[in-house]
Amino acid sequence: MAWDLMTLLVAPFVASVTCWWAPVVVGRAVSVAAGLLAFVLAVLLIPSGQAAALGGWVRVDPLSVVFLVAVAFLYLATMVFAVGYVRPAGDPDVAARYNRRLFAGLNLFCWAMVVAPLMSSLALLWVAIEVTTVISALLVAIDDTARATEAAWKYVLIASMGLGIALFATIVVYYAGSTVLGNGYELFVPQLLAHARAFPPQMVRLAFVLAVLGFGTKVGFVPVHTWLPDAHSEAPTPVSALLSGALLAVSFYAVLRYFQVAVRTVGGTFPRDVLLAFGIASLALAAFTLSAQRDLKRLLAYSSVEHMGILAIGMSFAAPIAVVGVLLQVLAHAAAKGTAFFGAGSVVRKFGTKDMARIRGGIGALPWSGPLFVLAVLALSAMPPFGIFRSEFLIVEGGLSDPHDAVVAILVVLVLLAFAGLSWFSTRIMMSPSTGPAAVARGEPSAWIVGAMLIGVVALVVLGVHPPGQLSDLLTRAAAELGVPR
Amino acid sequence: MHGATLVATAVPSPYAATADALAVLVLLSEFGMLRAPLSRSQVRLYSFQSLVVTGLAAFVAADRHIPGLYAIAGISLVLKVVVIPAIVLRLLRDARVELVPSHRLGVASMVLLALVAAAFGIFVIGSMSVRSRSLPAPALGLAAAAILVSFLLVILRSDVVSQAIGFFSLENGVSVASLVVAAGLPLIVEVAFFFDLLVAVVVFGVLMRVHHERTRTLSTTVLDRLRG
Repeated sequence: MAWDLMTLLVAPFVASVTCWWAPVVVGRAVSVAAGLLAFVLAVLLIPSGQAAALGGWVRVDPLSVVFLVAVAFLYLATMVFAVGYVRPAGDPDVAARYNRRLFAGLNLFCWAMVVAPLMSSLALLWVAIEVTTVISALLVAIDDTARATEAAWKYVLIASMGLGIALFATIVVYYAGSTVLGNGYELFVPQLLAHARAFPPQMVRLAFVLAVLGFGTKVGFVPVHTWLPDAHSEAPTPVSALLSGALLAVSFYAVLRYFQVAVRTVGGTFPRDVLLAFGIASLALAAFTLSAQRDLKRLLAYSSVEHMGILAIGMSFAAPIAVVGVLLQVLAHAAAKGTAFFGAGSVVRKFGTKDMARIRGGIGALPWSGPLFVLAVLALSAMPPFGIFRSEFLIVEGGLSDPHDAVVAILVVLVLLAFAGLSWFSTRIMMSPSTGPAAVARGEPSAWIVGAMLIGVVALVVLGVHPPGQLSDLLTRAAAELGVPR
Repeated sequence: MHGATLVATAVPSPYAATADALAVLVLLSEFGMLRAPLSRSQVRLYSFQSLVVTGLAAFVAADRHIPGLYAIAGISLVLKVVVIPAIVLRLLRDARVELVPSHRLGVASMVLLALVAAAFGIFVIGSMSVRSRSLPAPALGLAAAAILVSFLLVILRSDVVSQAIGFFSLENGVSVASLVVAAGLPLIVEVAFFFDLLVAVVVFGVLMRVHHERTRTLSTTVLDRLRG
């Protein structure tokens, strides 16, 4: 029995239950400890990249370890941030109840996201992802404002309908498998991959398109992304960070599992073309929409749509180096987007608004989280020396070696456009001198927020400058599992 | 000879005919939900649709000797025929709302659109060569049609009950599809699906209640603050 997998399966759930019942201080400590434990266990899985438990129902391979590390990292960073994220003063009983609910919910949400890559069966992977939807919908609504309620309703409805399509995809892929494996098999990924060559191609094509559309709703692919900016902007900041950095990635992981099956059955061209179409649509919409935003958190939400588009485009290149870039981008995006949302949370707390027209002089008001926020935005814009620079460089390199020059050109132009929108707004709110009559006092809302941001920036620099050898090795092995020649 | 084009097709077996008839009932009840003016009648139609799906599961279990499906039918009976409708009806009782005017289009236009969607589902999915041990292939096309109409229900009706019922009935459509092509799905997976549905229902219920408490209406036309 792999004790590490079992601990990952249980610990966040236990932490959630503890937060619900225990005093707030205990809940916070347990949450940070659970995040740390999950991250350490995920990192310990990097060298081997393989483990299984419970008769094969729980199982990881290099691909799932990559996503597990991304989720666990953000779990830890978000819990550290959440300790500093306190609701504005009010009735202490109400604040305590809010805190208990928030921490219990955050742990439960992280539990579902940690469990998803551990599931060997595609059916249980779907169940885990649907569980992430319902938990996070409640978390989006937790602030109990009219806007939060609206965002939560749109989110739960659109994401659930999308996952309904994904469930249909699961059923279709089960049927495709049953033509070879017979009835009553468990939909384990290794079973499917071993026999995928003999599956009926028409059914696998159908399953893949349904899966990209269905799970893509949660990834934030255009045109099924409409819930995303609302939910990201109206949720409490720790939830926004998890939604953007971890949840989208976990949903993308499900798409990759179907991609793995599809390339074995129908070859690489069809699945890559499907992802290319969604990728270009997402990147283009985000690149043009970023410059029209007024709300700071919506700006970051559209940046997520942009990055998911880049991931899909990266997968459309038939070059292993591009796939390594995609997987590195999953890790780097988790760190960068988490840090950027933490910074946005700090700014919003300081200035009391998300409206970028009313925020000026951020760097003067926030001596630590201000500069760190700017660094996170630069990292999101793929500036060196951060991880996303390296990952997008690898994706472009893969595109040129594929060769897919026209797509690479579109990719680079759209990324530059997105960079312009993102950096224009964020540098304006941070660097422009404050002009308002009431200057905001200089100081940090909480040292915990700065700590969480430091963790993120350090991770981004490590991923950008020199990723650890074992991690690079893991990415290469995961890419080898995913990529096949044309 | 023009008459020669009328090729005699094989008469379906009583089993296939019954299964197809039940799948047609699922689709028809979806149409009923789309046009029903009262939320309460939508919930009752959903309950009826779930009963048909349950019956279909039991029918397949008996005829094809798949004992696991009896368990599925049992859970489906309790959850989808009784519990979910009871939760939504209770919400409606508490909200004291009789009629939510929520048709975005006229009934005739809605039904026409639904017919187009259903035809698309039946012909496109039905044209795929599916060989099924448990159910005749036309049922898969009918299931796809019901799924597409459930999307129209969510899109064309602007009240939270219709939209939630749309999602639940989407799941019914997928259930029919799974009976056609995945009747042997392991029990643990099926139970996980039901557990998941239950959690989703609870969350939908909570959010519907919150929406009603905040806006004093079940209509979603007031949800227009977030744009861009």
